[in-house]
Order: sequence, then structure tokens, then C-alpha cells
Amino acid sequence: MSGVRVLVGTRKGAFILEADGKRADWKVSGPHLAGWEIYHVKGSPADPNRIYASQTSGWFGQVVQRSDDGGKTWAPVGNKFLYEGEVGTHQWYDGTPHPWEFKRVWHFEPSLTDPDMVYAGVEDAAMFRTTDGGQTWSELRGLRGHGSGAKWQPGAGGMGLHTILIDPCNPKRIFIAISAAGAFRTEDGGETWRPINRGLRSEYIPDQDAEVGHCVHRIAMHRSKPNTLFMQKHWDVLRTDDSGDNWHEISGNLPTDFGFVIDVHAHEPETIYVVPIKSDREHFPPDGQLRVYRSKVGGNEWEPLTKGLPQSNCFVNVLRDSMAIDSLDQCGVYFGTTGGQVYASADSGDTWNAIVRDLPAVLSVEVQTLP
Amino acid sequence: MTIRVLLPPPLRSMAHVNGEVSLEVEAPVTQRAVIDAVEARFPMLSGLIRDHVTGIRRPFLRFFACEEDLSLDPPDTPLPQAVVDGKEPFLIVGAIAGG
Repeated sequence: MSGVRVLVGTRKGAFILEADGKRADWKVSGPHLAGWEIYHVKGSPADPNRIYASQTSGWFGQVVQRSDDGGKTWAPVGNKFLYEGEVGTHQWYDGTPHPWEFKRVWHFEPSLTDPDMVYAGVEDAAMFRTTDGGQTWSELRGLRGHGSGAKWQPGAGGMGLHTILIDPCNPKRIFIAISAAGAFRTEDGGETWRPINRGLRSEYIPDQDAEVGHCVHRIAMHRSKPNTLFMQKHWDVLRTDDSGDNWHEISGNLPTDFGFVIDVHAHEPETIYVVPIKSDREHFPPDGQLRVYRSKVGGNEWEPLTKGLPQSNCFVNVLRDSMAIDSLDQCGVYFGTTGGQVYASADSGDTWNAIVRDLPAVLSVEVQTLP
Repeated sequence: MTIRVLLPPPLRSMAHVNGEVSLEVEAPVTQRAVIDAVEARFPMLSGLIRDHVTGIRRPFLRFFACEEDLSLDPPDTPLPQAVVDGKEPFLIVGAIAGG
């Protein structure tokens, strides 16, 4: 019987949650890499036993861990992320020029076909790639080299490249998002990039329609419709149907359109999920009620999903890389909270259960659908 | 010279060692020479004690020996003779920071 493996990164280690296709009984292992911040853990679609983890520490900096046995054992690989060419400057919080400085890996996106090839999104925002299983990393300098780089500015959480989406029909076409620069697209495997932020409006920048400077929190794609993207921006939920050339808002009847996560159903490309968060100042669900909102029509019309989720006194946050969706026939949805809960739904969000309740604060959730 | 080095516990775990490690370091024995030797023996620690680019000690790590804080000494300053003679270890210590 097929099953799932949920990969959870937390403030104090990684956890692996496994179940068969029913997703009712869970085996929990961890903490792996105990005591370290695990920003992201993601498996290779080409070899599910190959998993990469971003392990960071304020004391020791960046470590990249790799597992070749589905997360049972780990070994460090290369951690040298050197900006190529002239390092240059971006804007600091006060608007002054600030040299680019590597801080950590926020996100790994393994190739769809090659387990040794992985893209890494890092802070300060840049994209790196390995083709040798993580031993060495090279910057795709065309992204920072885009003429707008000097105008990028960190959000409160840092200037991180946090989302990488590879077009399954054309692996040279990649979409990325940066807080707080916006979304970008390459058509040539990362050599050249263009910003794709037309239609985004942000009140916190002087030119609300600027080409760059938008605090994009997350973008998502369905594999069958790679020209359609969904976005959770700092405020506003949006979609594009022309690969990012034009975006329009689909917040509709959401109780608040602030939030971090957004994801798409595995088999229904117009069914999308968000977790509304009260505001950029109050990072918790409105009214203390943890609700996932689902739209089955691609946005604007949203329904709250509450069964099994706390509906009083809940003041956790759900961070940008903390929602994932499996591809079993009855699609499963997962998300983790800063309160240490990982919730799972085995019925596309209709009902929820906590797999675990007391982990360290959850930074990332990914899921592998196993044969 | 055989130099005794005590790594902070998280790095001992990464390097799969317990307690002190002994490293051969050629004279002159300095912070830089000792860290070079640590990284040569334990490549997985490269970049974790000092920055890959600048070579500067990570700010939340300290270097102690002979009950002295040597963290702010220039990296090519000779270490105390007791460290060179193997009578005292060179300590790499994680600062108490955070909650």
C-alpha cells in the first residue's frame, strides 16, 4: 500500500512522520539533527530516499545535511555559498546600501528528475545550484544581476529567497519569490531573470505598483497548469494565468487576506488553500480560531475548514513553508504551526487531526508520497 | 607540535568525537593554524568556526586558553606556550546567547 512521509523542520531539529495511505496511524521519529534550527527539509522527487535539510545556527552558521536512506541517517555535505562576481549592495532597512551577505538557506528545491541536482534559495536573497548532491554550490548570478537587485530590501524576517517552483513541462522555466523583492521568472534555467510583479499593489512601498519591492510570502503552482500561479502576498491573495505577466487579486470573502502559506490541491488545479492570519502586527488567526480556507473555484469564493482544528484560544502562526499536499487519490493536506502542532487532513481539508502537538516551533512542512 | 583542542558540544557531535581532540600543528602555533588543522581533520566543520569568506571567528564563539580570553587577539598571534607544549587545551566555546 502506498504511504506518505511528512518532513518537518523545527527550531530544534527535524522530525519525520510516516503513515500508510490511510493516514490514520502515524510513526514519529526525531528529533534528527537535534538542537539545530532546521529551516527546510525536502526530498528528491526522483529518489524519495534522497533528502536535503538546511541546518542553521546563530553560533555556527549553515550546515547542509543529506540523507540517502529516507531520513534514517544524515551526513553533512557542502556549506560554501559564495556570491559570484562583485558582491554589490541591496537596500538595508533604512534605505542605505548594504553589502550582500550570506546568512542561511531558506529553501531547497530538488530537481524533478536528478537527485543530485538541487536549487537553494538563500538569505541574503540569491539562488544557488548543486549538481553533485550538495557537495558544491554555485550561484545563478543572473538573478542578483538583474538590474533591480540594488533596490531589493529585507522584510522583517530577512531578505530570503523562499519559494522555487520548477515548471514540470520545461525544467528551464523556474519561478522564484523573495521577501521583500517580489516574484521572478527565468526561461533559460537561471541564466537570466525578469520580475513578474505587475498587478501587485503594496502600500508599504512609495510606488505601490513598483516593478520590485513587494513582500511576496509564497507562490504555488499545479503541475498540470504551470502558467497559473497563486500567491499569498504580505497582504492580498492573487493569481496569474499568464506565468506572472499579470496578477489579479482573489482575496474575495477571506476574513483577512494576510497570511503566509498557499497551496494547490493535487488533482484539482482550481482548488487552493490558505491560512488567514489576522495582520502583519498580530501573527495569529483571527478570533483565536485556526481555520484553513479553501476555494474550489480558483479564488474569490472561500469556505472555512474547521473540523478538528482549534476554534478558540488559538494564537499560533503558520509560516510560509509550512503547508504541503500529498498526491494520493484522496489528496492529503498538512500544515505545521509555531505552537508545534502538525495537522493533517486525509480528505482534502474536510476534517483535520493533529499528528503531533508538542514539537518545537514548526518552520517547514513537506510531504513525500511513497509508492 | 601536538595541540589539544576542545570543541563545543554541537561540533563534537558533528565531527563524531568525544572530549578533546589532538591535532598536529606546525610552528608557529596560532589561532589560525589551529583552526586550519581542525578544518583539515574535520572538513564538515569548515565554515562553522569562522566565516568561509572573511575567515573571521563567528561572533558567538570564543577562544579560551590558560584561563584567558584570546578571542580578540589577531589570528596570527602565537598561542600561549602551555598550549604549544600540550599542557593546556585550546578551548572553542559557544557563547551563552539566546534563551
